[in-house]
Amino acid sequence: MKNRKYNKTVCFYFQVHQPYRLSKCNVFEIGGKENYFEGPASFENKAIFEKVARKCYLPTNALILELLKKHPEFRVSYSFSGIFLDQCLQFGDIGKEVLDSFKKIIATGQAEVLCETYYHSLSWLYSKKEFAEQILKHKKLIYRIFKKKPTVFRNTELIYSNEIAEFIREMGFQGVLAEGWDHYLGWKSPNFVYTPEKTELHPADRKIAKEMAITKRPQKEIALLLKDYKLSDDIAFRFSNRGWSEWPLTTDKYATWLDAIMGDTINLFMDYETFGEHQWEDTGIFEFMRYLPEALLKRNIGFKTPSETIKAYKPVGQVHVPYLMSWADMERDLSAWVSNPMQESALRRIFELEPAVHRSASKMTRKQAEELENTWRRLQTSDHFYYMCTKYWNDGDVHAYFSCYESPYDAYITYMNTLSDFEEKLTPTR
Amino acid sequence: MRVLMYGWEFPPIQSGGLGVACQGIVEGLLSHNHAVFLVLPKTTQAMQATNNDRFQVLSAGESEGVVEIEQIATGLYSPYATSDSAYWENLKKLLKEEPEVIYSKNMLDEVYRYAAKAAAHARNVPHDVIHTHDWLTTEAGIYAKKISGKPHVMHVHATEFDRSGENPNQAVYDLERRGMEHADRVIAVSQRTKEMLMKHYGIKEWKIDVVHNAVKPNFSAYHKAHHINPSDKVVLFLGRMTMQKGPDYFLRMAKKVLDHMKRVKFIMAGDGDMMDQIIHMAINLGIEKNVLFSGFLKGDEINRAYAEADLYVMPSVSEPFGITPLEAIRQGTPVLISKQSGISEVIRNALRVDFWDVDEMANKVIAALRYPELHRTLSERSSEELQKMSWQKQAGEIVKVYEKAIKQ
Repeated sequence: MKNRKYNKTVCFYFQVHQPYRLSKCNVFEIGGKENYFEGPASFENKAIFEKVARKCYLPTNALILELLKKHPEFRVSYSFSGIFLDQCLQFGDIGKEVLDSFKKIIATGQAEVLCETYYHSLSWLYSKKEFAEQILKHKKLIYRIFKKKPTVFRNTELIYSNEIAEFIREMGFQGVLAEGWDHYLGWKSPNFVYTPEKTELHPADRKIAKEMAITKRPQKEIALLLKDYKLSDDIAFRFSNRGWSEWPLTTDKYATWLDAIMGDTINLFMDYETFGEHQWEDTGIFEFMRYLPEALLKRNIGFKTPSETIKAYKPVGQVHVPYLMSWADMERDLSAWVSNPMQESALRRIFELEPAVHRSASKMTRKQAEELENTWRRLQTSDHFYYMCTKYWNDGDVHAYFSCYESPYDAYITYMNTLSDFEEKLTPTR
Repeated sequence: MRVLMYGWEFPPIQSGGLGVACQGIVEGLLSHNHAVFLVLPKTTQAMQATNNDRFQVLSAGESEGVVEIEQIATGLYSPYATSDSAYWENLKKLLKEEPEVIYSKNMLDEVYRYAAKAAAHARNVPHDVIHTHDWLTTEAGIYAKKISGKPHVMHVHATEFDRSGENPNQAVYDLERRGMEHADRVIAVSQRTKEMLMKHYGIKEWKIDVVHNAVKPNFSAYHKAHHINPSDKVVLFLGRMTMQKGPDYFLRMAKKVLDHMKRVKFIMAGDGDMMDQIIHMAINLGIEKNVLFSGFLKGDEINRAYAEADLYVMPSVSEPFGITPLEAIRQGTPVLISKQSGISEVIRNALRVDFWDVDEMANKVIAALRYPELHRTLSERSSEELQKMSWQKQAGEIVKVYEKAIKQ
């Protein structure tokens, strides 16, 4: 075996995202609606941000910072949606407090920031140009706030395919994250670095990727990091489940499992809200995390950021993902966002506006144009379509839990009314 | 299990949802191989022709006995509305070939008369449990239990508070309360109803089980192709024109919709004591050209109305259950229901509003008419939900209640 410092390393990636939930909008308001993005109740978005800040962002950041200082070997990585960062900037003192605590973490040099679509959107499905523009816009924002230039990409909800990987490679990224879903991996283990199976982009798409590349000389290969969903979900979903045979999950038990894994890297990808929001403080999630680094280091398991992981390990093979895959639900497909006629029609309609939005923007002052495009793009956020999902609505499950609406139908009606109002803001064709 | 059931109406002799529900329950019980002896105030030869070992329809009048009942004197009343005239008119129509009907003009008299005759069946009919429906037949159950000593399960489909709002008829209220207090167990058709029984009648929580209604499969000849006018959208109200059903809210919603969309027809099916008021209201709102009154519908005409509609609206002010939305869904029509209904506990794939929120009701009606994808998703998903419901399943729940009552 190679002479190396650690037996293997853990790669943490946390997703930090808050949507701009829509304000109530009934049909009679169309044509005169202001403030699309306050949330269903007055200032609800701010209230939710504050709640999550107190339960998750602030205490978790304090813990992570403490761990980074205590263990110079410890590493983490974050992907912030652009609209999460927008909310930090918008929501006064609490927003500033949250953002400052993230900045401190990034400033340690032990944390990497990833790139994603600014608006946490499904733009890949509908417009490659819009997709690339949102990536560039996100990259700029990350530089402005954190003074970092991301080189690893993760798409909304870890939506991934060979084609996305190729497009992202052409744009100049060195790595991309995806779900380590058995269906595509087969016998392969997610605990190694891979490369995507090569695929040929449509020339028009390749042209867009080249034009909007972040570097003039893209690498020949892009590295693929796959989520170990079993070990990730042990923390993210099962941690507090008393019906789970492994409950309670102790740091030692978990470290033993990781120790037993064959491989180079264990990629633990999860929502940041796992800490304190999905798993409440009283489940012991913070204490679990507090002692995890030392339990792993004791077993000679180290830590790497995504970039360090890519640099450290050679790809062991190719992974072939011909269809779109995500990290959501049992199906790991796109059905949470695009599976009923309402979702399809809403998505079609928002993306059909692309030329009209740019045409209208071109006739406005720069500030007006920015605002118009910003509004259009906030309406692309995947959460709006997630709320319209009827897949499990009959059984009233997780989709209902995470929704701010009484039903997927209410979500759709509010969205379509808002969109109708937005369309009136565009200059008519001709 | 042998069930001695006291019913008030049964298809084809019926004026509302109670008969339909009763039929569903009986058929559900039969599908589980239980035996049902159903005592009705009045039967026809056709009804009795199907009698067999496990299912017998008995007429109260044929009990060959009378039980002595202490009767409290009171005025006129109908089982559904504050006015008995609509009910009576309707029964007269349905029973026009029967001049000596057992339903007399005084509803309360009739309830006692029925109880006195019907309870006597408990002497001859072998049974393990007594099942009664609402204030109309629970009195018979109380006396039947005195005769046979078998447990009495009272099924509450509606309360006086649903029918009359804040001004309940005291005599009816007393009968309901007396029935529930005497009963060994009470079945409520919704959680909403259960809470009313606890709040307004002081019935203990442990005594009440919730069993939702279901709907029978559809054999209608009508389907979506039967549309009045393909270029006009159709919104349907179907129910008695009484305060409880909220026809006035429906009209106010119609006005708001028509201010926004021109080619919409609002069909109002049913009659009742608010009929004149509603017609005048439509004229005063200036929307009479777009509001069509079809009168009381029966049989397959009802299915036709559902099939022709693009949306069925049930704006009830207070609805213990509300079976009509299920019938609409059965015809492929999406539904908008008031949150003040038991059915909103059951159907998730529906548009829901507070009955008083006319703006929001109009907002949702417009969306359902304007966005075919919303219409389609609602229609498909609610049909899927309906498929999972059946009277057979619900009868299984009812049998569990019988078992509790027997063990108690």
